[in-house]
Amino acid sequence: MITASVLILLGIGFTAAVILAVASKLLYVYEDPRIAQVEGVLAGANCGGCGFPGCAGAAQGVVDGKAGATVCVIGGDAVAEKVAAIMGLEFASMEKQIAFVDCTGGFRAEEVYRYAGVKDCRAQHMLYSGSKMCPEGCLGYGTCVTACQFGAIEMGPNGYPVVDPNLCTACGGCEQVCPRGVITIWGMSARITHLNLETDCLAPCRQRCPGQINIPRYIEQVSRGDYAGALETIRERIPMPLSIGRVCPHPCEGVCRRGHVDEPVGINMIKRFAADWEMNSGTRLPIPCAPDTGRKVAVVGGGPAGLSCAFFLRRLGHSPTIFESMPKLGGQLRYGIPEYRLPKTVLDWEIQGILDLGIDVRSEQFFGKDFTLDTLREEGFEAVFLGIGAWMNLNLRIDNEDAEGVSTGTEFLTKVGLGMESGIGKKVVVVGGGNTAIDAARTSVRLGADVTLMYRRTRDEMPANIEEIVGAEEEGVKYLFLAAPTRIVKDGDGRVTHIEHIRMKLGAPDQSGRRSPIPVEGSETLMEADTVYTAIGQKPELSCLYENGVCQLEETRWRTLAADPDTLQTAMPHVFTGGDMHTGPALVITALGEGRKAARSIHQYLNGETPHAAERTQRDLLPYTMFTDVPDVGYRERSEMPHLIECDERSCTFGEIEGALDEVQAKHETCRCLRCGLTCYNRDMAEGQECASGDCVKNQ
Amino acid sequence: MDYFVLVIAAIFVNNIVLAQYLGNCPFIGTSKDSGVALGMGLAVVFVATLAAVITWCVQEYLLAPNDLDYLQTIAFILVIAALVQFVEMFLKKAIPPLYKSLGIFLPLITTNCAVLGIAIICQREEFGLFETFLFSMASGAGFLLALVLLAGIRERLDLSRVPMAMRGTPLGLVMAGLMSLAFFAFKGMAS
Ligand code: SF4
Ligand code: SF4
Repeated sequence: MITASVLILLGIGFTAAVILAVASKLLYVYEDPRIAQVEGVLAGANCGGCGFPGCAGAAQGVVDGKAGATVCVIGGDAVAEKVAAIMGLEFASMEKQIAFVDCTGGFRAEEVYRYAGVKDCRAQHMLYSGSKMCPEGCLGYGTCVTACQFGAIEMGPNGYPVVDPNLCTACGGCEQVCPRGVITIWGMSARITHLNLETDCLAPCRQRCPGQINIPRYIEQVSRGDYAGALETIRERIPMPLSIGRVCPHPCEGVCRRGHVDEPVGINMIKRFAADWEMNSGTRLPIPCAPDTGRKVAVVGGGPAGLSCAFFLRRLGHSPTIFESMPKLGGQLRYGIPEYRLPKTVLDWEIQGILDLGIDVRSEQFFGKDFTLDTLREEGFEAVFLGIGAWMNLNLRIDNEDAEGVSTGTEFLTKVGLGMESGIGKKVVVVGGGNTAIDAARTSVRLGADVTLMYRRTRDEMPANIEEIVGAEEEGVKYLFLAAPTRIVKDGDGRVTHIEHIRMKLGAPDQSGRRSPIPVEGSETLMEADTVYTAIGQKPELSCLYENGVCQLEETRWRTLAADPDTLQTAMPHVFTGGDMHTGPALVITALGEGRKAARSIHQYLNGETPHAAERTQRDLLPYTMFTDVPDVGYRERSEMPHLIECDERSCTFGEIEGALDEVQAKHETCRCLRCGLTCYNRDMAEGQECASGDCVKNQ
Repeated sequence: MDYFVLVIAAIFVNNIVLAQYLGNCPFIGTSKDSGVALGMGLAVVFVATLAAVITWCVQEYLLAPNDLDYLQTIAFILVIAALVQFVEMFLKKAIPPLYKSLGIFLPLITTNCAVLGIAIICQREEFGLFETFLFSMASGAGFLLALVLLAGIRERLDLSRVPMAMRGTPLGLVMAGLMSLAFFAFKGMAS
């Protein structure tokens, strides 16, 4: 019996062994020896973070070409280098990617999960009020926290996940489990080149900012005291927070949701605070750049658009060279905006920071004269950005406009900017109602003149910033509204003596929605003046685009350079444009924003793609997010921008007028922000986030 | 009709995990994700059917004639282990896509008591070859069903607030217990 059992078992075992042996011979499958080698150098943790079932699977994936050398999420560069060596590849350090938490929405979870509990935004809305109806936001469940095998995420004090960039391996575990797509694995390049989408979590301010700065994010960072983080957020969108913090007319504040409760959040003040913090600390924060690609790009024009384009190209790893016609960079920031609004030292400091990234500059080079698109090509520039601004002034089209003493506001400001003799007289009339007009008027006051500003509509219709209008008035600029010049009177030497103007009345609104002025017949009056500055608009000087009388690129009917509105690519595929040259005179922040857009398209172009934008790119304000009813938010006073110089001093000095907020005021201002999303907002300050200022009224 | 009853009974009434309590470790271990659960379930269906048929032959032509029934367990383990190895090699060579999709689950089954259990039950019930084939396939399907259901539940549970101590396997076991109770409702439907 025992013998039979042993024999049978041995027999079965032996048969099985023989079958397997034969099978292994017959069914042998060649396996790449590199699989074992690769497996040998991987970290061996079998964590599955890479998305393959264990390290063996990952090794197989690498050899099959399904994964790169960086497959191992915990091994870092050292392992990647070894894997690359086995695969016979050269290893270049990759840009660090990390999990980036932002309510970017997009992947609706509603149909998949039916959340019965209060955690659903809609239920929260019904229970506690507050317009919380966004179907896309974070649920605050912390699923990502559980999913992260590396302990890199935790739930922050305000119910949002916070990622520790040092621990994050960009394995994507959290991204996979988040039912709402709130977490994305992003590298710097992707963040820089992202254009706002309609599905992103866009607060009204963020939708309105022409630079697409992630405003709620940096405000939140400032509130936590993470000023460096805030600057990094800002610099993902614009390179010049110091200048913008000073000169931006902050259109974002116009749509700030808080404005429906008391006053808009002082968004730009907060930006300026963070930027000044860096400058005053004396050291520059490091600005990360992608590894060098060695691709050369020519940036024509060193104004805001050109600087911004060059900055982002550099950060994306390319090598831009700026060609500037003036002796120094800065464009309108330097030559159009007076010292008292933007001190040159500040501008210089800021521009130096940008150039320090490794950007070449060739100044006093005129496009069309010293170089052309063809010569740039010959020099090896693979793409060109044209951003020469809008420097040509519109004429008044009245008699004697050429009289001595009549010039344009920009010419005057440029001369003052360059420190040249401006030829200003004692009695100055400035014609126009925009910021250039006000700048010319306030600069004239500082040079000791008696100044009248003539505008053909009323004060309410003036396009200049209200702060500027009030500031000019305080400094003694006289306003003459509803008046338009009709003739310049000159003396025998050809110098202006008077300006004749006619009274206007407002008629029906025109296409822009403003009421157009109509002259009142027979109301002409003479006004004494020895200097007249006109500032009624500018347009780009496109003659440089002509070669042998033929324009190489297309113009729009507003005589600006035509380009695709999203990609800013012109009719010539390797030529891109942006800034005033493309839009006509606009805000500095618009030019900076366009510079980034163009850099993004150039990056795509250099990578062999056709420049493109996503289908649901946000262009206009999203109407359903612009509600005015903001319940359950308590009143809180807005911080005041301090004045550095008292009023009577102002008219004789060019010193900076406005100062920055101090830390307490800045924190107070950040507490006023409602951290809006598309339709959601915080009813009150988030838990654990204390308002630094004692006079903050908290709602109960 | 008998065959139909046999299949229904194997899937629902005498479900291999929820009524016979076999194969609990892979049941808990691979039910965290429905994709994985489906892969594992299909692999079990495949291997269990093959193993039951072959062990039936071993029993019928080798053990029974020699009066060596008491060697059943050990012989079956040996056969199943060798079979899985063989199937793995065969699939790798002949049907690489299937081999890839089964991936890591195939070797995992070597030590799966559900497969052994199915083979032994077929003997205990004294099924013929065709009945063995049908029964083992249906039992495998029952395992697949239970696994996919539990995975669905556990995926939902992952998103809920659960006390730390109960997260993962403990709650998985509780759920398995509740499912098992639920399956008791099928008792009496067929036997
Ligand atoms: S935070 Fe997300 S991407 Fe980073 S390690 Fe954790 S799970 Fe992976
Ligand atoms: S409250 Fe904050 S997030 Fe909301 S619109 Fe104003 S600045 Fe933006």
